[in-house]
Amino acid sequence: MGRLRTSRVLPGFGLSLGYTLAYLSLIVLIPFSAVFIRASGMGWDAFWHAVSDERVVASYKLSFGASLLAAAINTVFGLVLAWGLVRYSFPGKKLVDALIDLPFALPTAVAGISLTALYAKNGWIGQYLEPAGLKIAFGPAGVLVALIFIGLPFIVRTVQPILEDFDTEFEEAAATLGASRWQTFQRVVLPTLLPALLTGFALAFARAVGEYGSVIFIAGNIPMVSEITPLMIITKLEQYDYKGATAIASVMLVVSFSLLLVINGLQAWTSRRLGSAT
Amino acid sequence: MSIEVRDIAKSFGAFRALDGISLDLPKGELIALLGPSGCGKTTLLRIIAGLEKADAGTIRLSGADATDKHVRERQVGFVFQHYALFRHMSVFENVAFGLRVKPRGQRPSEKEIRERVMRLLDLVQLGWLAERFPSQLSGGQRQRVALARALAVEPQVLLLDEPFGALDAKVRKELRRWLRRLHDELYISSIFVTHDQEEALEVADRIVLMNKGRIEQIGRPREVYEHPATAFAMSFIGTANEFRGRVEGANLRVGNDLLPHGQAGLEDGSPFVGYARPHDTEIVAEDTTGLGIAAKVSRILANGAAVRVELVANGPAREGVTDYFEVDLTAAEIAARGLTPGQRVRIRSRRLSLFAEPRR
Repeated sequence: MGRLRTSRVLPGFGLSLGYTLAYLSLIVLIPFSAVFIRASGMGWDAFWHAVSDERVVASYKLSFGASLLAAAINTVFGLVLAWGLVRYSFPGKKLVDALIDLPFALPTAVAGISLTALYAKNGWIGQYLEPAGLKIAFGPAGVLVALIFIGLPFIVRTVQPILEDFDTEFEEAAATLGASRWQTFQRVVLPTLLPALLTGFALAFARAVGEYGSVIFIAGNIPMVSEITPLMIITKLEQYDYKGATAIASVMLVVSFSLLLVINGLQAWTSRRLGSAT
Repeated sequence: MSIEVRDIAKSFGAFRALDGISLDLPKGELIALLGPSGCGKTTLLRIIAGLEKADAGTIRLSGADATDKHVRERQVGFVFQHYALFRHMSVFENVAFGLRVKPRGQRPSEKEIRERVMRLLDLVQLGWLAERFPSQLSGGQRQRVALARALAVEPQVLLLDEPFGALDAKVRKELRRWLRRLHDELYISSIFVTHDQEEALEVADRIVLMNKGRIEQIGRPREVYEHPATAFAMSFIGTANEFRGRVEGANLRVGNDLLPHGQAGLEDGSPFVGYARPHDTEIVAEDTTGLGIAAKVSRILANGAAVRVELVANGPAREGVTDYFEVDLTAAEIAARGLTPGQRVRIRSRRLSLFAEPRR
């Protein structure tokens, strides 16, 4: 009986589960727990002091706020981009498609430098924006621009395959039933793409929260205004305040993890409604 | 709603999908667009619906020009081969979709929507599944939901693209009968596309037979079956034995054999192709006249009262092709004649349909 109960159609369950857990522990869980163990050695008061410092709190607001906003903006425009790439054919389409991945491949510092050069007061774009009262480089807006830049490919690449599989028949069906283009998009296309959009949003958000290289060049790093949390961690490290650094890092970890958990939960819920899960 | 199709042409690149199609479909009939795959029948249906634009020609719906009308305004119900149900909506919401997207002024109240959707779901016998999602339904149920959804907007004409194509044989047969009943109840002009001649013969009031972007024949099922207008119509609809040869007096010379054609005034030596239905074909014993196509009984397939005899052409194969023939007899006849597989016989036709062929 015991043998019957444990035999499965797919062999190797024990082996693959063991491998998954061991690998995940080695690569992800152990380094993360080290953060918490280190931070826990400093005592509650010192911990609270480190993570609730005014400058640090301002940096949380900027980091998480700008990351969420950048991911949201990317979700809208990434969808438009993916739509254009999937639905229409135009000369140079392959080239545009390859360009999308560029923010993945570029060292982020290079991105930061070129963005700064563009948006600075004497840059190509900045020279027109700044007289109009729009100060992008060396401020929170610069952080947002950098985070939008690095997050774009995530949305495009998660939505694109779903859109490619999405039969035009559904839109045709909506049209024969009298729906306008906008109603079709809102009621038929968007709900189908929602799980993919949420996944892309989560990825872009996670990337933005952890981003360092491109942001520090364009942010200007003004205390209380344009400092991001990763920068606060580096600053602490440079002052040999390892415990303070890990304390801030643990807060980042907890917040990011809870946000990702919520987004993934939403994603699972929407895809279940699409009937892809049984 | 009557449908008038005038000189519709459509090409995809170098391929001529439709080549000057004209059709007049009166109100309230159930019409089958029948033809082999690639004959343009689906393209024609999509052009009537407004999902595709014709290169030339006009479409008139209820006498009014609809050629440039958007699909939204044509008031057609369209049922897709693969249902195209919205996966994120329940069965109820799928059927309600067409009502919910109406402009605010014409939109029925929530209560009316409920009543109408439930009435339609009851009509397709799926009221008990209203809260399910499409992924939880069988193929036949999905197709019925798709039909209810198309009917919800009270279309003037119902267009169905291979509606039963993706279903298994038993469900197909059931749905076919059901569609016929539904049509008789609602009396809504309907066109359905099919490549299955049996389906067309069984369900339709009228058959439009298409081949290579052209119409071969339009007529009642009986008419098309009994009086095929072209060689294509003869060979595509129903089973037919084919005899290809040249006229020699009162006979058709097929290879080494002579087949009486029973028609007068045919020019000697002109090429013809003759067709005979299995029930119009007879098996005769070898006799002194030597008339009839020499063949050998290969199989005897008993199927209830009717028995189908399969024969292989005897004698030299024509142009390297083995010819097969089918003859319908009754079990009693088989017994009386003592037919057995392997027996050499000749076959003749009681009624041969002849079509002239181009001279080679």
